[in-house]
Amino acid sequence: MGAFDGPSGGRSTTTPQPEPDERRPSAPPDEKPGRRDPATGREPVLEAKDVSKRFPGVQALDGVSLAVYPGEVHALVGENGAGKSTLIKVFTGVHRPDGGELRYRGRPVAFATPLDAQRSGISTIYQEVNLVPMMSVSRNLLLGREPRNRLGIIDVARMDAEAERILAEYGVRTDVRRPLHTLGVGAQQMVALARAVSIDAKVVIMDEPTSSLEPREVETLFSVIRKLRDTGIAVIYVSHRMEELYRICDRVTVLRDGKLAHTGPLAELERLQLIALMLGRDAAEIGREGLTRFSRDRHVAADAEPVVEARRLRKKHVLRDVSVSVRPGEVVGLGGLLGAGRTETAKAIAGALPLDSGQVLVAGEPLRSGSTASAIRAGVSMLPEDRKAEGIIPTLSVRENIALAALPSLARSGVVSEARIDRIVDTFMRRLRIKAASPHQKVSELSGGNQQKVLLARWLALQPKVLLLDEPTRGIDVGAKAEVQGLIEELAGNGLGVLLISSDLEELVEGSDRIVVLRDGAVVGELTGDEVTEERIMASIAEHSREGD
Amino acid sequence: MTDTAMIASAGDGNAPVSPRSERISRLLQHHGALMVLLVLVVVGSVAFDSFATPGNAASIIVSSSFLAIIAIGMTFVIISGGIDLSVGSLYVLGGVLAAYGSQYGFAVALLLPLAVCGAVGLVQGLLIARAGMAPFIVTLAGLLGARGLMLAISDEGATTYLVEDAAFAALGQGSFLGLTYPVYIAIALALAGMVLLQRTGFGQNVYAIGGNEQAAALMGVPVARTKVWIYLMSGLLAGLAGALNAARLSSGVTILGIGLELDVIAAVVIGGTLLTGGAGGLTGTMAGVLLLGVIQSLINQVGTLTSAFQQVVSGAFLALVVIAQRLLGRAQRLS
Amino acid sequence: MAEATAASPRVDRARLRGWLQEYGVYAAVAALLLFNVLFTPHFVDAANVRTQLVQVAPIVIVSLGMALVIGTQGIDLSVGSVMALAAAVVVLYLGYGAVPAILMALLAGALVGAAGGSLVAYVGVQPIVATLALLVGMRGLANVLVPQLKEFRNPDLIALGSGSLAGVPFVVVAAVLLTALVAFLVRRTTFGRQLVAIGGNRAASELSGLPVKRVLLTVYVISGVLAAIAGVLATARLQASDPTSLGLFIELSAITAVVVGGTPLSGGRVRVLGTVMGALLMQLLSATLIKHNLPQSWTQMVQAGIILAAVYATRERGTR
Repeated sequence: MGAFDGPSGGRSTTTPQPEPDERRPSAPPDEKPGRRDPATGREPVLEAKDVSKRFPGVQALDGVSLAVYPGEVHALVGENGAGKSTLIKVFTGVHRPDGGELRYRGRPVAFATPLDAQRSGISTIYQEVNLVPMMSVSRNLLLGREPRNRLGIIDVARMDAEAERILAEYGVRTDVRRPLHTLGVGAQQMVALARAVSIDAKVVIMDEPTSSLEPREVETLFSVIRKLRDTGIAVIYVSHRMEELYRICDRVTVLRDGKLAHTGPLAELERLQLIALMLGRDAAEIGREGLTRFSRDRHVAADAEPVVEARRLRKKHVLRDVSVSVRPGEVVGLGGLLGAGRTETAKAIAGALPLDSGQVLVAGEPLRSGSTASAIRAGVSMLPEDRKAEGIIPTLSVRENIALAALPSLARSGVVSEARIDRIVDTFMRRLRIKAASPHQKVSELSGGNQQKVLLARWLALQPKVLLLDEPTRGIDVGAKAEVQGLIEELAGNGLGVLLISSDLEELVEGSDRIVVLRDGAVVGELTGDEVTEERIMASIAEHSREGD
Repeated sequence: MTDTAMIASAGDGNAPVSPRSERISRLLQHHGALMVLLVLVVVGSVAFDSFATPGNAASIIVSSSFLAIIAIGMTFVIISGGIDLSVGSLYVLGGVLAAYGSQYGFAVALLLPLAVCGAVGLVQGLLIARAGMAPFIVTLAGLLGARGLMLAISDEGATTYLVEDAAFAALGQGSFLGLTYPVYIAIALALAGMVLLQRTGFGQNVYAIGGNEQAAALMGVPVARTKVWIYLMSGLLAGLAGALNAARLSSGVTILGIGLELDVIAAVVIGGTLLTGGAGGLTGTMAGVLLLGVIQSLINQVGTLTSAFQQVVSGAFLALVVIAQRLLGRAQRLS
Repeated sequence: MAEATAASPRVDRARLRGWLQEYGVYAAVAALLLFNVLFTPHFVDAANVRTQLVQVAPIVIVSLGMALVIGTQGIDLSVGSVMALAAAVVVLYLGYGAVPAILMALLAGALVGAAGGSLVAYVGVQPIVATLALLVGMRGLANVLVPQLKEFRNPDLIALGSGSLAGVPFVVVAAVLLTALVAFLVRRTTFGRQLVAIGGNRAASELSGLPVKRVLLTVYVISGVLAAIAGVLATARLQASDPTSLGLFIELSAITAVVVGGTPLSGGRVRVLGTVMGALLMQLLSATLIKHNLPQSWTQMVQAGIILAAVYATRERGTR
């Protein structure tokens, strides 16, 4: 574990326990204000007390309480859907909590707009640099605060000099007149950071700040973060990269399924424990009784030719020599944390991600890199992770969404055969139990689970050989989840090759015959047969965390 | 001071564009119109005897001055990511109002068109900024409505008011050093516009909104207010140009301005301002305006070609320019 | 976009808005018709009805193409100039006979559409700029080919313009046929479904293997051909080719018809019948005002108001 200079000792938290609602003992809401930091005696600068937030169909945050102290680097971790981004949005004024309260510098606050939060001193650095790409570096840095000359107009020379000075403190030496987008992402992040801090921030929230940085740039970022810490600014560091967290963060808050799983000093937590908290399983737990619909009694001929084979896929910063193969009737799970490259692997196989090198073969025939049409023709279908942006056509009906990809085969010389479409739609609506008022209902009105089934139907209508499922049961209710799982089982039973990505470890383990574990874009392990267990997955991930790259 | 950043040279996965090639393409984008303008001027001077005369130059500049004034406002609008299709109608409306108002004196002749056209611009700005309606459609409605208004006050276009105030007419016709007053007004406005755009917070806000509206909002830019001002300004300038033109013609001609907005947009786009917003400037726009004027003059020089041919050339030119912009933009992007 | 239990007034307003979007234009047309039947003398005369329909027919045809383009989130400003170009081309080739001349005119329209479509689909130029360049250039070209009003005497072409089929003028028949054709295209063909999907969510369509570029190119070609047809028909009726003023401003009328008819500018949906109704509404409006001796200028101002109202009522609600 990396050495760092954070407070340790004092009142420690309880060791992590299996129950997901574990919470540290806290003062009842109507008592004294903040809890003082045990080591420094300081009051929290930002605090969430019993914060809840609900969106239609999902409880994004459920009674979350945590405290961030000045001069500390506070890690915020959790898988997708855990509530991290919602919590950040509550902190930064994008959302108002339904329940609980937010306290800033000792007093309750309710931010009306993000600008409000910013003006109060809470700044955010986003994963995607949220500045104006075509404007110059110095203008971006000083927008709204440009130095003026005696005539009252912007003094460009002074502005550029000021920008240079500020950026030098962040290790960026460049021509500040260049458009921002001509800088590398690392430098752009620095500009964003410099701007955030210079607006007199007390809390800086960093959302996956290192996801596009070179190691060298990460070092620079860390030295800047340490400087911030020394000046008393609190940093909330959202990331899934274990080594980084352990190097730079003092305390950690783990969210899972909208609830607080743990909060306390990071030094007291072993990596495996941290991962276990994130994923919801105790490392030492055994007890297994299929809570999923997977039956695990599939037979896959061990010597069958793979129906899809990815060979040494490589894309800079994203995939490093990833090789995966799936046999007919087999379900191969891709395991790994956020950012491990699972989605990218699936997209590469589906032709949606152009590769630097590597090959994808379907039934022995190579596909054209970066061509979705080629992949679809060969029988590859992918259910994307983001069904809103990349899946659903919101203006169209259920029927039209289902028929979309298969249209050419449902038509005769360009004219659509309504009868054929009706048949297919009917078949799938029944088989997948899609709940809609009628096939003509607008798909945007369906629940998340049913939308997911519509997308699944769209791809199944193509009678694919390979099905790539990226988080197929995410964000859908338990009943629909079970149905989709049963379907996947059935499809594999019919000879389809399935690649399954799921952040629900249980689902992944129960559903897969084999698991390929990814980390930081590379394959770090392959588990078969009895090895397919949650502990083994977590161990694979954690083990490689410890050893580093 | 080193040219490359300590950590800026590392790209995000793709080879970073080298500073020099990026600078060159940026240069081309900003000053391409100027360069083509110079080339054409040289070619024209060599090819035609009557091209490079002071008289001809003055004539080009004078006739371009009205377009230039409108183009100043349009530049702001397009940089902010919007568009204003109503300027042609506001131009003719301004002219008719000026002529009509001239019977009440200089002040009314000048202020009436400004007030009315400004009001139209303001309403458009409010609908766009506060009601969130698409600029294309709002200003399209403005185009129709403003022309309708003009027809209404001029007896369906039949009445051509004459400018009755001598001082006002002089504003449009008087000259100094061979160039009419509107030219100087245009130059003054252009210079003021450049300062406004490059050297004030307002100008920075305009670029920010066009470059990334959501980020701009988060960075504290008053997006709605800025947008309202932009469309107000565009309306005012179009009205002013119309008024000055009426002064020059000594009458409020009612058949003008049809399709003028497209000329203005063409001038701005040719001048290097991206239609998507966030980049561009007034020097380019002025070059674009002059370029269109020079092209027309050159075609007149040839003599046998009609204004129709000029339109073909303009259209082809516009197409080439946007294709070039697109290709340059692709070369500049890091991804 | 399923919202949780919304407050009652909000639900009602949403439902009202939905109703307006779907049926507003029909209601408006019906109201205007009623008004005219009651208050406008000679409105239901055969002669008047014929005149109105003949006047609106070219606009309807152009609007059909515009609706398709708008359905893909695009716009086609060049349609008026294509009409002018078609008028020029048809008269130039009339020496070879009416049919070859008409075919050449349609080819010209297709080529212009292909140019615009290529710029949009393959080079990635924004539709407004690409078609703007064509608007300027093509009218110029038309004027170069036929600098002045040019009359013609070809009997076939004249018959096309002034003849009738069972009492219905050919122009109107053409508009009706084309409406049916485009409606069929949108509702019953693969192309139509793909077009609408691409406008609704381009990324998802690409990922689903749709031939996005090809569809976009085709949509602009269709718009060009339809504009050319309108140009030929208008020229036939006029019995003269007038590229200088034919089709001037018609792109505005077409866009108005499409928007008022309920096709969203944001793409994803094409309302063919609504577009026709939109064109009819504008025509009726103009006719009503004229017959009641209200000046042309009022028509324009009311049109502007209606556009704003239609777009205001149908705009997509907020961002995230």
